[in-house]
Amino acid sequence: MNLPAIQAIYKFEMNRFWRTALQSIVAPVVSTSLYFVVFGAAVGKQSQMIDGVPYGAFIVPGLMMLSLLTQSIANASFGIYFPRFSGTIYELLSAPVSPFDIVLGYVGAAATKSILIALIILGTAAFLVPLRIDHPIAMLFFLILTAVTFSLFGFVIGLWADGFEKLQLVPLLIVTPLTFLGGSFYSIDVLPTFWWVLSHANPVVYLISAFRWAFFSKGDVGVAISMGMSALFLALCLAAVTWMFKTGYRLKS
Amino acid sequence: MQPIITISGLSKTYASGLAALKDVNLEIRRGEIFALLGPNGAGKSTLINIVCGIVTPSTGTITVDGHDIATDYRAARSLIGLVPQELTTDAFEKVFNTVSFSRGLFGLGKNPAHIEQVLKDLSLWEKRDSRIMQLSGGMKRRVLIAKALSHEPKILFLDEPTAGVDVELRQDMWRMVRRLRDSGVTVILTTHYIEEAEEMADRVGVIRKGELVLVEEKAELMRKLGKKQLTLHLPEPLAAIPEDLADHHLELAKNGCELIYTYDTRGGRTGITGLLTDLAAAGIRFQDIDTSQSSLEDIFVDLVRDAA
Repeated sequence: MNLPAIQAIYKFEMNRFWRTALQSIVAPVVSTSLYFVVFGAAVGKQSQMIDGVPYGAFIVPGLMMLSLLTQSIANASFGIYFPRFSGTIYELLSAPVSPFDIVLGYVGAAATKSILIALIILGTAAFLVPLRIDHPIAMLFFLILTAVTFSLFGFVIGLWADGFEKLQLVPLLIVTPLTFLGGSFYSIDVLPTFWWVLSHANPVVYLISAFRWAFFSKGDVGVAISMGMSALFLALCLAAVTWMFKTGYRLKS
Repeated sequence: MQPIITISGLSKTYASGLAALKDVNLEIRRGEIFALLGPNGAGKSTLINIVCGIVTPSTGTITVDGHDIATDYRAARSLIGLVPQELTTDAFEKVFNTVSFSRGLFGLGKNPAHIEQVLKDLSLWEKRDSRIMQLSGGMKRRVLIAKALSHEPKILFLDEPTAGVDVELRQDMWRMVRRLRDSGVTVILTTHYIEEAEEMADRVGVIRKGELVLVEEKAELMRKLGKKQLTLHLPEPLAAIPEDLADHHLELAKNGCELIYTYDTRGGRTGITGLLTDLAAAGIRFQDIDTSQSSLEDIFVDLVRDAA
């Protein structure tokens, strides 16, 4: 393992984060606060309680997940796509680093950023709605697991994309819909049977459910199943990254 | 002494079907300056990129200081600094940071003193806090060199280092390359500027359509391939070359005031003695004689044309 290299990549990526602080930190906080205002205030007043939790508080785990997923994917995919686009990837490819070193640096930084943003959202929410976290350790565990998994997923997208359009395609057309339909703003138990069954094919449901459980001890599906699904997705992303590096896919000609 | 880089049976065919390199065998000697000459698209960059790990070879093996680049890539790559052909930089980064980043990437701990020295050597110290995008093209080239030198490489690859660079920077760069060589660094540069190879290199390799058509000591190459011209300055102009001298294939120049004889130093017999004897017999006197050797450029053009 090339520790100085991992540190260098990590630091480089984090610098990019701070340099674009307005875009990286303020934008997600503003847009999330808007969700609170719109859903929490406008809708929430009528719907009151879900599973014994005030609606405003109920959506907090979902909102954090929404940001966690989109930020993890955006940061990691851009992080590795941009050097490919600009050509600076030559240095990474000619350096004495293993694929593992590279992934650790990029994914580690992307996950750190999205976790920071999720925590900022949590802090913002704490000001706006009454909040409780029943299982803080589990909450952090799921936060980290999800951030790492989806940063890895973003890394795969960043390697796969051969243009800025493709870079946006997956987050926009797949991840955002899955997150919105994954119970960010409602319990999937309120859905008609058909949609309830279909929702179980949505991996994001498991993430949000487990995360919500960590807050309020209540989730749509069992925690063990959620863990299993997250681990499965993590394994899939790891396999994809390994394959890509092994074959030099989109990296080497 | 064991060569620092050994390339055997190296071929590369790109997915497009383009055969960029065909069975290249090459040994780079420790501490030399090796110039890889060739026209655009000859395979120079492909060769460099394979050694550096950016392109995967189709066949063949490469060892760098005894380390196989495929199986022992960490050891092999940490010895190599690469200055790529394109000005690819992280536009938003600051000069000092980007150079420090490179050092870290190559597995070395922080060493601000070394980075400072590298930046000073390349006249970049004043610009250490500038963002790369604010720099001129020549300055960006210096940054790329600084990045390559940040990890104290034993081998430096310069891919077209002076393409689009002004005279002053080119001379700076030549000075730097010599200094590096003096400190024991092996330098491999590609160029299509012949004068660069002529000025810098200890040995020259000529690559054409993916084949290494020649590897030679520069001096030897110029001696072996060099044509020489003998110019005889005549006191009185000649209207035509006398028939007795037709066998020597002479040319008249400067309105008949100069006789030019071209001969090949490769041949055992240059024909000079015979020519001078025949000139004396024909009663042609001369005031002065000079000879000139063809430049590497002439040699190169000849070579590439012959092979085509």
